[in-house]
Amino acid sequence: MINEPNSTFASGPSIKIDGETIFFSEGETIYEVAKRLQKNIPTLCYDERLEAFGGCRLCVVSVEGIRNPVASCTTKATDGMVVQTAPPEIEKMRRTLLELVSSENRDTQPNPLSGFASQELSALVNKYGARNGRFQGAKSGTSNFKDANPFILRDYEQCISCYRCVRVCAEQEGDYAISVANRGFKTQITTEFDHDLRDSDCTFCGQCVQTCPTGALADKKALRSAELPEEIKKTRTVCPYCAVGCSIDLMTKGNKIVGAQPAMKGPANKGALCIKGQFTFDFIQHEDRLKKPLIKQADGTFKEVEWDEALKAAAKGFARAKAKYGRHSVYGIASGRAPHEAAYTMQKFIRAGFGTHHIDNCSRA
Amino acid sequence: MSNPLKDMDKPDTIFAIGTNMTECHPVAATGLKKALKKGAKLVVADPRKTRLAELAHLHLPIRVGSDVALLLAMAHVIVSEDLIDGQFINERTEGFEQFQSHLAEFTPEWASKICEVPAEDIRTAALWYSQAERGAIYYTLGITEHICGVDNVQSLCNLALLTGNLGKEGTGINPMRGQNNIQGAGDCGAVPANYPGFQPVEDPQFHEKFKNAYNQPELDLGQSMTKVTALNLAGDGIHAMLIDGENTVVTDPDRNHCQRALESLDHLVVIDIFLTETAQLADVVLPASAWGETDGVQANTERRVQRLRAAVTPHGDSKPDWWIISQIARELGVTGFDYQSAKDVFNELCSLSPIYAGLNWDNIGDGNYQWPVPEEGHPGTPILHEDEFKDAKPGLFKIIGYRDPAEVIDEKYPVWLTTGRRLQAYHTRTQTGRASGIDYLLSEETLEVHPEDAKQWELQDGGFVRMASRRGEVILKVETTTRSPRGTVFTSFSFAETNINVLTGSGYDPITQTAELKVCPVSLTPA
Repeated sequence: MINEPNSTFASGPSIKIDGETIFFSEGETIYEVAKRLQKNIPTLCYDERLEAFGGCRLCVVSVEGIRNPVASCTTKATDGMVVQTAPPEIEKMRRTLLELVSSENRDTQPNPLSGFASQELSALVNKYGARNGRFQGAKSGTSNFKDANPFILRDYEQCISCYRCVRVCAEQEGDYAISVANRGFKTQITTEFDHDLRDSDCTFCGQCVQTCPTGALADKKALRSAELPEEIKKTRTVCPYCAVGCSIDLMTKGNKIVGAQPAMKGPANKGALCIKGQFTFDFIQHEDRLKKPLIKQADGTFKEVEWDEALKAAAKGFARAKAKYGRHSVYGIASGRAPHEAAYTMQKFIRAGFGTHHIDNCSRA
Repeated sequence: MSNPLKDMDKPDTIFAIGTNMTECHPVAATGLKKALKKGAKLVVADPRKTRLAELAHLHLPIRVGSDVALLLAMAHVIVSEDLIDGQFINERTEGFEQFQSHLAEFTPEWASKICEVPAEDIRTAALWYSQAERGAIYYTLGITEHICGVDNVQSLCNLALLTGNLGKEGTGINPMRGQNNIQGAGDCGAVPANYPGFQPVEDPQFHEKFKNAYNQPELDLGQSMTKVTALNLAGDGIHAMLIDGENTVVTDPDRNHCQRALESLDHLVVIDIFLTETAQLADVVLPASAWGETDGVQANTERRVQRLRAAVTPHGDSKPDWWIISQIARELGVTGFDYQSAKDVFNELCSLSPIYAGLNWDNIGDGNYQWPVPEEGHPGTPILHEDEFKDAKPGLFKIIGYRDPAEVIDEKYPVWLTTGRRLQAYHTRTQTGRASGIDYLLSEETLEVHPEDAKQWELQDGGFVRMASRRGEVILKVETTTRSPRGTVFTSFSFAETNINVLTGSGYDPITQTAELKVCPVSLTPA
């Protein structure tokens, strides 16, 4: 993302936003240009990876010469346009919109483990002081807690009909597993024939969870650690499965990995993940993990030993093979799953240690 | 990949062959789906009706192992219809005339008999690919895991050379690599024929370089040996092995042979995070710290070099692989293993590998570089072959002929088995099988059988089948589905309980020694 205001385009058409003039390129929306100026225009239905939707109306701005406020996410910038992003009447309108939206939902602060965007509504409600219950009454969305899938919570009473989940599933994933049924207070996000997600085209990539701005769709696996007292810490790394190399943020509480979220700026994935990257991080905490070195005993069982003893035993076997059968009797197989440093030291161990090229990896199978 | 992942929504014709991308590389597949939405045409060659095949404008359900015939016929059409890129061929290739005369007899009608798809469809695929402004080829192990894997890849290269679909945005020849760091293992020199950075071990210049760098005067010039050969020689020339993070006996073909090979060693050391089926055969098992606990680097399928970061401390007494291997080396008195950190190891790699020469631990943090990065300040190389091919040599048309798979169906083994992967499982499930929730979606393996075939072999949907090959037999649950064509059954190799690699292992590519895991004649009887 470009952060330097005014620096992107040195010439061409320009607009004035809150008194500042900025050049833009044909096709950019007011929202996109304002973002380059670090203007924090509020949104709820916006996800920069998706087609602008213009549904939540929070991003409205006032444009000189146009009587009604316009949605900045869908309105293209035009040369000479004069825009105010936050005049008092617009801010008041935003507050009323937020009061309307939040009146439908239980007054809760979703746990940040719920999903990447889960704090968006509550943050805006807090910022605009819009939690005053002015609009009590009908509510839309029926939660589906009976869907027994272990990954995606479907708490539609928290849904605000921004359709980000439906749009990310269609536009980003191309899966079209979920859709919108009915309108108005009867609006419901659902699957074909209202089946459980498992029986739909859902691949459990979790993209709907990560784009949901209210926690209505939430990461069930991560929420299992909601009660842990520690702060959530995020560590940027890369998925350990296929070779696409999706960037992810591992969420930890203390010394426990509690969940994963896609890195929106990940160079290979731009915020996308699949079921494996999203939901299968917890193998590393499995009770089957090896804790200590093992040496096989005469009866075929393994005995746990300290590193010193294990390393000596490992080395001795190689020394003995070399002494007995020569340096060409030793072979090394490196991993296509471990990092560079593992593969590099493996091949160096064989080449420097034995002077041979008896080294390979798992790519032939 | 010759082209970056971000190019995947840019082609106007996509030719996907031997890749079940929506299950094996789902995030990459989203790029292709976006290209389709923009109006791109998709041709899928795959025996099965995969999700990608369902999305295709043209699906060629070719018989397993018949890829070369299809690709020869496509080349035949492109040349005979004069849809070649003459300028590209003149400026950047060699051997066109010979290739052209070689192609004469390989008509779509000829290929149709081998591939078992209509000649007209082969012609259409060729026309679409060659008429594209930007035609891109994507493939995976469906191309390489054959006795003719190299022929398959070179046949794809021939198509790209004929049409000039190389070195430009939205084109290229793009293998989707299987494992997170299988590209990196090669980059690092963990292959028999190359030092780090693909410097051939047969070249005296590099021999001299590494003799000095590794302080090893005895270092062989050449004399590389693949894992396949090493396993064949186990107990008879090869007597000790160090295996790092590979479940050899489950992933490799012909499980019984593999197991016997490892058991016949005097000494086997396995480094892993679990006591895998392979680790159970070891004399010494050394516990490695896992992903999420280990700092390091990996390279993805588009040659992007990215940082892995530890989020938690290593489980129990487990240690990073590089530390473990270095300690064994030091015990043996080998010098040059005094690394204090992953950073030390990576920076040494960069200092010895020309394709990594511009990289170091500190400048790769954001994953901005795709190798080759020949010097510091170089922006990296997202698209290969833009102005010239490797070492400025012309692109060479390869003369290739069709061969049958190592084993073909006969009276005793009348059904083709092809193997692959599933979305919810990764390889032998040492990891995904231990992640909570996955069992809800995929708790057991099944054999996909066409309903008509099920009738023929008297199998019931949900019942069990005894499937045998020349090497062994397994019992599996039957799933009747039209995803598999008549005469071909499919299953994955993910479940150790139903280890399909007891059956496979009919043959190997003579050049790469990659196993023909995609083709295995079998018999089916109710169990």
